[in-house]
Amino acid sequence: MSDPRVRPVGPYPISQGGWHEGGSSKAYVTNDWRLEKPVVDLEKCVGCLYCWVYCPEPAIDLLDRAGKGPSKVRIDYDHCKGCGICQQVCPPKAIKMVPEEEEIANNGSI
Amino acid sequence: MEENSKLSQFQPVKSIFEINREERMAPGHRACAGCGPMIAVRQILQSLDVKPVVISATGCVEVTTSTYPDSAWLVPWAHVAFENSAAVASGVEAAMHALKVRGELKEERPVIALAGDGGTFDIGLQALSGALERGHRMLYVCYDNEAYMNTGIQRSSATPFGAWTTTSPVGKEWPGKAEIKKDIMGIVVAHGTPYAATASISHWKDLMTKVRKAVSQNGPTFLHVYAPCNRGWRFEPKDTVEVAKRAVETRFFPLYEVENGRYRITVPVAKPRPLEDFLSLQGRFSHLLKPENLEVLKELKSIVEERWSKINAAASVQVQT
Repeated sequence: MSDPRVRPVGPYPISQGGWHEGGSSKAYVTNDWRLEKPVVDLEKCVGCLYCWVYCPEPAIDLLDRAGKGPSKVRIDYDHCKGCGICQQVCPPKAIKMVPEEEEIANNGSI
Repeated sequence: MEENSKLSQFQPVKSIFEINREERMAPGHRACAGCGPMIAVRQILQSLDVKPVVISATGCVEVTTSTYPDSAWLVPWAHVAFENSAAVASGVEAAMHALKVRGELKEERPVIALAGDGGTFDIGLQALSGALERGHRMLYVCYDNEAYMNTGIQRSSATPFGAWTTTSPVGKEWPGKAEIKKDIMGIVVAHGTPYAATASISHWKDLMTKVRKAVSQNGPTFLHVYAPCNRGWRFEPKDTVEVAKRAVETRFFPLYEVENGRYRITVPVAKPRPLEDFLSLQGRFSHLLKPENLEVLKELKSIVEERWSKINAAASVQVQT
């Protein structure tokens, strides 16, 4: 069971009332949905958070999550579906979409 | 609830840096790449400092975020049937109010009912009307993707005139949907609702300010959020925000609020872009740009102009046209 998308056969234990555990979808990776992946140029990134506010996932990880100012970002490549909205809305054009096969060093930050 | 409640304090969103950064939606849900409704849900959840209670009607957001055995929600959340999200949210609000009266409520939370256009315009309309009439302190959010998307793009009463869907096909007999979009805001305002507003995912600051304003009201509030669907509207996933933006800039979807009966246009569009800029991005309107459907396009344009001038006339601050 190395592929996290393959779940063990149910039934799954459900507590009384039938709740799912909140946020458990994070274990499900959706990285094979995409054909192109976004790559952030941290030199150009101004930390405006526009990509984060428009990401449907969220697959944009803020480097400064606790702060109250500009924060540069990192892409969550396990969950990014490659829609390309972040590239479209990025004001300084710091995000570009590259083919999925391309090797990216340093966790996507060039 | 009493006026002195902490929730009654309204702070408009001044900067992107002040909004809450703790995620309320986990990744790994099964919404399509470039999903507009999911952007709307994230912006609504991130705009609030307190975690709200969310009651979801059946719809795209509910189906994709709660695929067995997972849940993507990091806030208290419940799924109910297609038609009764407003009724269940009313019950949750009433229970919280009862606990507060008894002094047993630990933390006040806003109650949000979340439904799509099918769950609001068509199936959930009577439950919404009942909740608005009873005056529960809750925010009802309709994310409008203008058709029944997850079941295969069937028309709803929110689908605009002339749009293609699988049940309003385009051919020799039919030029897409023959009926105009239902005026849900008019229906809500007719209830005497303290606050009702339209918002678009492309204008995040406007949307978040409206969510905060709605939550601070002591009564039922309504938010109509424009959330493009790239699968159903037939455009590239990367253009979701651009399509929503052009809908506002062409006056196709006016952004306004109605506070105690007073209309105010929050994003004035003094010089609209031609409607073709909005239509040409989408496959569902591609037939309208062909010469044989010129009459249909003209009618759609007149519907859009009429809607704008009606709201503009009602608004206290007039926009020069």
